[in-house]
Amino acid sequence: MTTFWIILTACLASAACALVGTYLVLRKQAMLGDAISHAVLPGIAIAFLLTASRNTFPMLLGAGAFGLLTVYLTEKLQERGRLMNDASMGIVFTTLFAIGVIIITLFASSVDLDHECILFGEIAYVPWDIWFFAGMNMGPRPVWILGLVLVINLIFILGCYKELKIYAFDRQLAVSMGIPVAFIHYGLMGTVSFSTIASFESVGAILVVALIVVPPATAYLLTRRLSVMLVLAVAFGVLSSLSGYYLAYITNTSIAGAIAVMAGIFFALALFFSPLDGVFIRRNRKVTLEAPEAVAGMAAGKNREDSIPLT
Amino acid sequence: MTHASKTGASAPPVEVHDLTVSYQNKPVLWDVDFTLPEGTLTAIVGPNGAGKSTLIKVIMGLIEPVSGHALIYGKPLQQMRKRIAYVPQRESVDWNFPVSVLDVVLMGRYAHLKMFRRPGRRDRELALQALEKVGMAAYSDRQIAQLSGGQQQRVFLARALAQDADIYFMDEPFAGVDASTEEHILQLLRELRSAGRTVIVVHHDLQTVSDYFDWVLMLNLRLVAIGPMETTFTKENLQKAYGGRLNILTQVIELSRRENFVRETEHD
Ligand SMILES: Nc1ncnc2c1ncn2[C@@H]1O[C@H](COP(=O)(O)OP(=O)(O)O)[C@@H](O)[C@H]1O
Ligand SMILES: [Mg+2]
Repeated sequence: MTTFWIILTACLASAACALVGTYLVLRKQAMLGDAISHAVLPGIAIAFLLTASRNTFPMLLGAGAFGLLTVYLTEKLQERGRLMNDASMGIVFTTLFAIGVIIITLFASSVDLDHECILFGEIAYVPWDIWFFAGMNMGPRPVWILGLVLVINLIFILGCYKELKIYAFDRQLAVSMGIPVAFIHYGLMGTVSFSTIASFESVGAILVVALIVVPPATAYLLTRRLSVMLVLAVAFGVLSSLSGYYLAYITNTSIAGAIAVMAGIFFALALFFSPLDGVFIRRNRKVTLEAPEAVAGMAAGKNREDSIPLT
Repeated sequence: MTHASKTGASAPPVEVHDLTVSYQNKPVLWDVDFTLPEGTLTAIVGPNGAGKSTLIKVIMGLIEPVSGHALIYGKPLQQMRKRIAYVPQRESVDWNFPVSVLDVVLMGRYAHLKMFRRPGRRDRELALQALEKVGMAAYSDRQIAQLSGGQQQRVFLARALAQDADIYFMDEPFAGVDASTEEHILQLLRELRSAGRTVIVVHHDLQTVSDYFDWVLMLNLRLVAIGPMETTFTKENLQKAYGGRLNILTQVIELSRRENFVRETEHD
C-alpha cells in the first residue's frame, strides 16, 4: 500500500504540473515554477506564524499569495526598471526567498518549522502523512491536496481553453478583443503557484521544476497541436513517475531523483526520434522538407525597397 | 452600403483627441488629434520609431495614453470592440506555437464568442471562407511553423476578416511579403473599402503609398499631416515627417509620379 500511495502522489503531482507547465513552456516562462517554489517561503512562514500550526490550507493560501506577488513584482520591475524578464524574476524570487529565511530563523527557529523539510520534501514519507477527518483515516494528506489541485487545473484549462490559447499565442489580440486577459494571466499564475507548492511539499523543489518543464517540452517536440501537447505532457509526466519509481526501486536511490532522470530520458528520446523535427529525421529529410511553394514565393518575393535603387 | 447606419448616427469611425503617449517619461506621441472618414483606405507613414505602431496600439486599448482618448463611431473602445479588428506586426507572435492555420483564423471569431464558449460550426465556416479569400484554403490543416512570411501574413489577414469588423487596423501587412502576396493583400484592402469598411494601414514603402491608398496620415512624434492623398502627400509634408533626408525623398516622389512604370517593372 505504501508503494501505491507514493506512486499515486507522484502521478498526481506530475499531471498537475504538466498541465500548467505546458502554458509556461509555450509562453517561454518555464523557469517561473522555479522562482515561485522559492518565493513562496515567506508566505509559508507567515501562515505558520499566524496559525501556529503546520496546517496545510493556511500555508497553501500564504504560499499562493506570495506566488502571485512574485509574478506581479516581476512584471512591475520589468516595466518600471526597464529590466529583462529573467533578471527581474531573479531579483524578486531571491529577495523573497531571503526574506522567508530571515523570518524563519528569527521567529520560527525554536519551533517545529524546518525549512529543509519545506523545501526538500521527501516523497517516501508521503504514506505516513495521514489526514484524519472526524477521526477517520482518509489516506495520505498530499494525495488529497494534489488531487484537488489537479481538479482545479483541469477545470481552469477546460473552461478557459480558448482564452488560454489566444492569451498564450497572441496576447495583444486577446486584449484588443476584450478577452479578460488579466483574469486568465493571474488565473494561470495562481494554478502554477498552487501546483508548485502542493507538489514540492511532497516531492521536493527540484522535482517540481523538472515536472513543470520537462514533460511539456517533450510533448512540444512531438506534436503541433495544443490539445495533443497537453495530453502528451500529462502522459510523459505520469510515465516518468511510474518508470522513475521503478528505477529508484531497483537502484535503491532517491525516488524524486529517479523520476527527474526518467523525465530527462524521455525528453532526449523525443529530441532524437521525434517524427516532426527529431535530430535523425531532420537529417534525413533535409531536402524534401523545403516546401516548393515557399521557395517559389521567396524567389519571386523581391522587396520593393530593394528593387528600386533610391540613391 | 455604409456601416455607420448601424450606430444610427453619423459619428466618424475613428476620432483621436489630444493624444499623448510616453514610455518611461519619453514621449512617443505628442498631442495627436485627427478624425478619419468612413470607407477610406488610410496609410500611416513616418520614419522608424515615429510612433506608428504605438498610435494603433493606443486606439486598440493596448497602451494607456498619458492624456487624450480615442473614439470609435463616437463611443469608447470598450463598447465597440466587436466592430474593430487588429492585425499586429507578424513578428509579434511565435510562429512555432502548436496551432494549425485554421486554429489561428478561428481566433478571429473569439471576439464574438462568450467566455467559456467554444467556436462552433458557423465559426468554422466563416474561418474557412476567410482563408479562401486570402488564397490559403488549401493550408487550413497546416502547422503555422511551415508557412512562408507571405503566407503568415495572409493567415493574419484571414483572422482579421473572420472577425468581420467595420474598422481594420493593420501594422505593416506589406513588410517582407512576396510580390503575389502583396498583390493579394492590396486587392483585399480594396474589397474591404468597396464594402464600406474603414481600413488603416501602417505602410513603410513610400513608393507605393499614393498608388495603394486614398488617405494618408503622416506621423513623426507629432501629427505632421492628414488628408486625401493628392493634397497631403506632398514634398513639404514628407520633408517635415522624414527630416533632412530630402535627396532620397525627391527621388521617391519622382518615382511615385511614374507609378505605372514602377508597377510594370515590379510584377513581371
Ligand atoms: N515597450 C516599449 N518600451 C519603451 N519604448 C518603446 C516601446 N515600444 C516602442 N518604444 C519606443 O517608442 C518609439 C515609437 O515606437 P513605435 O510606435 O514602434 O514606432 P514605429 O512603429 O513608428 O516604428 C520608438 O522610439 C521605440 O523605441
Ligand atoms: Mg512599428
